[in-house]
Amino acid sequence: MVASQKSPNLVVIQLVGANDPINTIVPYGNSLYYDFRPNVNMKPEEVLPINDDFGFTPHAGPIKALWDQGKVALINGIGYTNPNRSHFRSMDVWHTAQPEKIATEGWLGRAMRELDPKAENVLTGVNFGRGLPRSLGCRGVPVASVGNLETYGLFPDLKDQQEKGYALEAFAQMYGGAEAHDAVIDFLGQTGRDALKGADILRTAPAKYTSGVEYAPNGIAQSLKNAAQVMFADLGTRIYYTSYGSFDTHGGELNQHGMLWDDVSGAVGDFYADLEEHGRENDTIIYIWTEFGRRIKDNGSGTDHGAGGTAFVIGNQVKGGMYGEYPSLKEEDQLEGDLKANNDFRSTYTAILENWLGLDAGPIVNGRFEAFDFIAK
Amino acid sequence: MSSQEIGQMAHLMRRAGFSATRDELEEYVEKGYEAVVEELLHPGDPQNLPDDIIRRYHTEQSELRLSDGAAAYWMYRMITTKCPLEDKLALFWHGLFATAYSKLNQARALLNQIDMFRRHGMGNLSTLLVELSKDPAMIIWLDNNDNHKDAPNENFGRELLELFTLGIGNYTEQDVKECARAFTGWTLGNAEYMASRASRDSIWPYSRIAWYFQYRDYDHDDGEKTFLGETGKFGGEDIIEIIVRQEATARFICTRLFQFFAADEVDDAGEQVINSMIQSYWDSKHEIRSVLRTLFNSEYFKSDQARFARVKGPVELVVGAVRLAGSYTTPTQGIEQVARQAVYMGQGLLQPPSVEGWHEGIEWVDSGALVERVNFVAHEISNVNNPGVRRIIERLAGENGGVLSPEVLVDRCLDLLGPVLVSSSTRKSLVEYAARQGDLHLTGHETGDEAEQRVATMLGLATSTREFQLA
Repeated sequence: MVASQKSPNLVVIQLVGANDPINTIVPYGNSLYYDFRPNVNMKPEEVLPINDDFGFTPHAGPIKALWDQGKVALINGIGYTNPNRSHFRSMDVWHTAQPEKIATEGWLGRAMRELDPKAENVLTGVNFGRGLPRSLGCRGVPVASVGNLETYGLFPDLKDQQEKGYALEAFAQMYGGAEAHDAVIDFLGQTGRDALKGADILRTAPAKYTSGVEYAPNGIAQSLKNAAQVMFADLGTRIYYTSYGSFDTHGGELNQHGMLWDDVSGAVGDFYADLEEHGRENDTIIYIWTEFGRRIKDNGSGTDHGAGGTAFVIGNQVKGGMYGEYPSLKEEDQLEGDLKANNDFRSTYTAILENWLGLDAGPIVNGRFEAFDFIAK
Repeated sequence: MSSQEIGQMAHLMRRAGFSATRDELEEYVEKGYEAVVEELLHPGDPQNLPDDIIRRYHTEQSELRLSDGAAAYWMYRMITTKCPLEDKLALFWHGLFATAYSKLNQARALLNQIDMFRRHGMGNLSTLLVELSKDPAMIIWLDNNDNHKDAPNENFGRELLELFTLGIGNYTEQDVKECARAFTGWTLGNAEYMASRASRDSIWPYSRIAWYFQYRDYDHDDGEKTFLGETGKFGGEDIIEIIVRQEATARFICTRLFQFFAADEVDDAGEQVINSMIQSYWDSKHEIRSVLRTLFNSEYFKSDQARFARVKGPVELVVGAVRLAGSYTTPTQGIEQVARQAVYMGQGLLQPPSVEGWHEGIEWVDSGALVERVNFVAHEISNVNNPGVRRIIERLAGENGGVLSPEVLVDRCLDLLGPVLVSSSTRKSLVEYAARQGDLHLTGHETGDEAEQRVATMLGLATSTREFQLA
């Protein structure tokens, strides 16, 4: 293994709407699974077996392939005490690393503030999608939110490149001059110049990029392709974020969940291949999370909101394996019909922050949590 | 009609409303400034489309259980209302008494709260606070359904003092405890069920049951309480009566109103205005309408120094641009996308980030948000098919035989978009941009032709200025 020359990158994928962990890492060796899931289950012969007890959903083939190479850490039973089963509240808990009260600073925003304390790089964190996820939100920390890398920037409506060039030139002039004695106007000027700078730099990324990997046309694959383009352009970006969903499979779960995992695992597999092609597999880990799990018992065609879930950490520097015990399905061990979490999500955050990004996790995650040992030293 | 009068009226409508078109401004100026202030302060029929008609076009605005449809519904009202101050003030209270969908999972209850702000937002402060304390969304949001005689929960009691009225430093921890005791028993008719659903949400959180206030005498602590130096067997209404008599409350509310309607930063002259607002608060026995009247009619507010002294909030910016462009005056599809634009810029209606509300002023703007702001407004205002944009083009075509020099094109666009006052260097950049193509000839123009596109692009560029980010 070649020692990494580059700063470590973190790629975060949020599975929005609460991914069903039970049909993702399937406890196919446990008859209780089929008792509680008479309708919404995967047959033993379908799953991609990890061992005699558990197997991946057949729609996670590319991730299973990485698992077989020892590059996938599964964090089972992840969550927090007194789980909230509202999507929005629970997402906020994960975004802000704060289950006890309503907080506003995102954990990754805080991490970015540590990585780039003077906010010198406007691209330390980049979100691929519209609107800023709260994980990245933190006062004074610039973040770019990129819907589509090809068209990102000001005046996307101006299709004529020359016309657009003139408009951007005018914008640069208008935001360039310092106006005497007006702090707000000066601030807006700086912000406008940052925006132009960020867009100018980002626009160079697709042009520089070549790859033998062909990403699928779906949203998550295109987002990860954009992430690869930005990463390989060496713009100093450290945190890459994207979201995909909806995993809120109250009905028609087998179909919807299968399609979503085809997309996600295909995209992750392609992205990993792209990392290898560009020699960046030692610089990057991928972290996949969701706001909670789903009810153990199915509702006939889907599953309702639950508690404990499964998170993924994937990369060449990751020590593959099962972390966190897979929660018991037994009735007496359930939490109101749900998987009972046995590890706080901030233990995973702590491992990522301290052992991967080299930051002090305590102030970022609002407390001290024992780190999982899934990052290779 | 002088440009000074138009400028002053445009300022009033940016602050007390959501901007206005030139045609509207001319009508308002005809009526006179103070008459318009009175009209704004006495909202009649907002002339919104009836809900059942809206639903035919926007199914997501039927049940109004989910946040997206509900946010779009409110934004549509802001865009079409004939009583803009009513909704602008509701937006103010929504930011101050910030209650969010994230915990409630029920947007209808939030819209009911907004409607309560429309009914009571300009009236007596104590009535508004009593209604707020009985509001089901607020009760769940700040856990007053868990505030029991034998086990007080201080969440609502504390925020009522800290964030809603007195402000930090003007009460003691003991006052918080006593305040919470006074609100024990102020709960919901089905409080236990609601509490359990609130944390055990599934597909149907608690959407199918009506939320209603209930006072439970048996769960109310009727003992003696000492609150802000007064002693008695106080209930919630008594506490609110004491709160509204406090100097700190008057100053807090008047300052927040000033910052929302007049200027982000309070200077010495602003402090004087706040003092006269406070005087109106006492004279009117705590009536918000009187306080606002004093503000809008003050020389400070009417003078040049108050203009462009606030950063437009995302909702203000989006609604203002759409009203100017006239793009959603009918129930056009896509209004939910418009509501989402404000989310991209950092302000989701019905989704304030916490009970503190949004951080305003320059904190609205970061580089990502600025890109969203510029692109959205330019998109609306550069579409020559939008009725508001057509009106601007018609006006320009009717002036000086439709021939506009680059300077005139820039000045007229800035004027008809506001007027927007820009610095000389901003104006110079715009003129240089326009001068590339020489004089503009709108004579014999047709929808979407090159001449019209030049106007549209100039409008887009004029709204991308720093100055347009300010209200």
